[in-house]
Amino acid sequence: MSLLRAQGLRRRYGRRLVVDVDALEVGRGEVLAVLGPNGAGKSTLFRLLLLVEAADEGRIFLDGREVRPGDREARRRLAGVFQRPYLFTGTVTDNVEYGLRARGLKRREREARVAELLALLGIESLARAPVNELSGGEAQRVALARALAPMPELLLFDEPTANLDVTVRRRFREDLARTIRTQANAAILITHDPADAFALADRIAVMEEGRIVQTGTPEEIVLRPATPFVAAVTGAELLGGGRVVACEGERVMVAMEIARGAGPRLAGIAPDGAALPPGTPVTVAYRPEEIALALPDEVEAGACNRVPLRVAALVPAGGMVRIRLEGDVSLTALVARHAVEVLGLEPGREVVARLEASALRVFPAR
Amino acid sequence: MELFTQALREAARLLFDLSPELVDIVVRSLRVSGSAVLLGILIGMPIGVAVGLGRFPGRQIAVALIHTGFALPPVVVGLFVYMFLSRSGPLGSLELLFTPTAMIIAQALLAAPYVAGITLAAVQAVPPDVRLQARALGASPLRALWTHMREARLGIGAAVIAGFGAVISEVGAVMMVGGNILGETRVMTTAIVLETRRGNFAVAIALGLVLLAIAFAVNLALTRLQQGRRPGEVGGSAREGKPAR
Amino acid sequence: MKSRHARLRFGLAFLATLATVACGSGDRQGGRLVIASTTSTEDSGLFDVLIPAFEAAHPGVDAAVVAVGSGEALELGRQGDADVLLVHSPAAESVFVAEGHGFDRQPVMYNDFVIVGPAADPAGIRGLDDAVRALGRIAAAQATFVSRGDQSGTHMRELALWRAAGIQPAGSWYVDAGQGMGEVLGIASELGAYTLTDRGTYLFLSERLALDVLVEGDPRLRNEYSVILVARAANPEAARAFHEWIRGPAAQALIGEYGVDRFGRPLFTPNAGSTVP
Repeated sequence: MSLLRAQGLRRRYGRRLVVDVDALEVGRGEVLAVLGPNGAGKSTLFRLLLLVEAADEGRIFLDGREVRPGDREARRRLAGVFQRPYLFTGTVTDNVEYGLRARGLKRREREARVAELLALLGIESLARAPVNELSGGEAQRVALARALAPMPELLLFDEPTANLDVTVRRRFREDLARTIRTQANAAILITHDPADAFALADRIAVMEEGRIVQTGTPEEIVLRPATPFVAAVTGAELLGGGRVVACEGERVMVAMEIARGAGPRLAGIAPDGAALPPGTPVTVAYRPEEIALALPDEVEAGACNRVPLRVAALVPAGGMVRIRLEGDVSLTALVARHAVEVLGLEPGREVVARLEASALRVFPAR
Repeated sequence: MELFTQALREAARLLFDLSPELVDIVVRSLRVSGSAVLLGILIGMPIGVAVGLGRFPGRQIAVALIHTGFALPPVVVGLFVYMFLSRSGPLGSLELLFTPTAMIIAQALLAAPYVAGITLAAVQAVPPDVRLQARALGASPLRALWTHMREARLGIGAAVIAGFGAVISEVGAVMMVGGNILGETRVMTTAIVLETRRGNFAVAIALGLVLLAIAFAVNLALTRLQQGRRPGEVGGSAREGKPAR
Repeated sequence: MKSRHARLRFGLAFLATLATVACGSGDRQGGRLVIASTTSTEDSGLFDVLIPAFEAAHPGVDAAVVAVGSGEALELGRQGDADVLLVHSPAAESVFVAEGHGFDRQPVMYNDFVIVGPAADPAGIRGLDDAVRALGRIAAAQATFVSRGDQSGTHMRELALWRAAGIQPAGSWYVDAGQGMGEVLGIASELGAYTLTDRGTYLFLSERLALDVLVEGDPRLRNEYSVILVARAANPEAARAFHEWIRGPAAQALIGEYGVDRFGRPLFTPNAGSTVP
């Protein structure tokens, strides 16, 4: 049985339907990420699941028992960390033991538990530090310790790394990964950062404008996105629109629509395998890292898509380079710097972009 | 300026001699205003919190009313309380007119709006998610409210200090309902008026200096209690990324 | 003060100490007597002598003097917030008694009003023994005159004199101060103006004032003090006791001596037993 299950959850602000979730659940021992862009209603969902805000419609079940905001027993089993840590004035210890005090634990029990958590997160030396002297990363760890202290069964996080510098984020994700599973039974991570979701979650629910549009494992979300939106959320790019020429099982042949005349024909796959009759308008998505580039004279025969294009711009991105390619269609490729040098890529260069059919995802156009 | 040097000498003499009359007046001033501030807190703080955190129709009107209380003329408040406590008034049978209790009541009514208005702003300045975060850690709504108020304590301390300032130096209300009776309802401010009326300007100024000195001492003590630390916001960029100590 | 709540507890204790039994002190019912009198009487310091003597003669009575303007004193009587009045505003007192708010109005003492002004005396009134004529000259010369303007006994007398002179004082030369006698004398001194004052207050402040006594001795300048019992008194027995005592030989003697050592002459003339003016 799932630990937390939400059903038909709806919440309105004024006339706007901010949360419209038919079903959401997380099981024991599981980490679920709710991934979506800002404004998707994620923070509201966070507060509803945390039982600090009442939904207009719908029910929430904790371990099979229906719960509502104000349910003391349910509140004891949940803990939440808000996007901004809101450490209370005082020392680190004052904060970490807050939830324990709220549950009426005696001093000795509190001290033991606090020490345990500070050690777990490597911040024992900060025990007496006043919170306004902490760095962002330290503060987030204190907030994590504070949430873990009362041994909640279910932990909820709203944008756990959003406030952290990029360099600090990776370490914090490691802290999270290390502690969530040992200290709590399950966790729900609400985030807009795919890196959080992919690093920590067993399952991902993608949220668009208040609704969950797909739930699945990280692999499923990336490889078989149900909608262009889901694809975009995980880093895919849209190639553009076209029409189905032929469809056989999963494989689809698409004629891309471009401004002048007929566009290239590309082979891709339709993730949910639904039959797409010829003539159906579709959207095509791809992932930049799945594009291989070759110089025109090195073209070999093969089964994958080949599109001749010209290099328009090169944008360094850490150790990789994002290359904007233009021609009949526009593409962005993400290529190692080494490859850029070997191929001698520079603006104006003619290249051939190669894409496996499985890397092109075809969705019915909305 | 000769008057001022006279006054300074007079003040020194007053403090040196410490006549029982002076001690009586000073102690009574502190008692009356201190009690009034306490009563003002009891009345004003809950109102400030409720209006500050509440969402209800007419809230803005309530806030404006509280702020209007900052402008209450003390003598008007005195008249108002007099009406109630007079033997011809509804509470006349309590026989409170011309007693320190009447003065406390009048001053509490003067202090309460200050306490309410500044508390209101103080609790509003704390991010509302602080309370939600507290609830998210298992706090009951009451404990969460207490945590929220703790975060606002700089401002709440200021509310108390403002309330005290509003009453320790007012004269209209305590004159009206106290009657400036020697040995019973005379306080520093009414004594100053009396000496001024008698033409003893130096004594009046000296008493004024004593009043200010005492007000300063009380405010110093209250300010110490405030011991400001800025609440929960963390993460100064100067320390970003440093390894844990 | 390390512990988180110690500061809060200390703060509450601090304020509470200030607050102690303030409610208790001064709330002595039963033997409390509220005497409403005027600021000029209080400012003369007469009560500093009378009250201790009265309390010694009547132990158990806590005499409390509330000093306000005559008008306010009479209003306190009407509301029943005073037990006995000692005021000097004959016309208003008659109305007060006629309306039934008070009774047994009896003379206690008198002093006199004088018209004071700058030594230069622009209106030329020095030495007159006719107050009404003096005011006429002041109005004619449009010399600055400061009025109490507060319905006090002094103010009422001043208005009566203007009426007798057939003059409605108005104009920039007539300053309506709306304050007590001490303040008004201060204003008059600063402005080099004339004013009507009781002799007692003037004597008290004369060293600091640049004003001379210019007109005195007119019978219309007599300032009569009466004691009146309040009909709605809360403590009628103590009120009656005071009413008897202040007209008795001991009090009258005290009144007759008050001020001699300081000014060489008494500030008041006791006259209990004569007829009410």
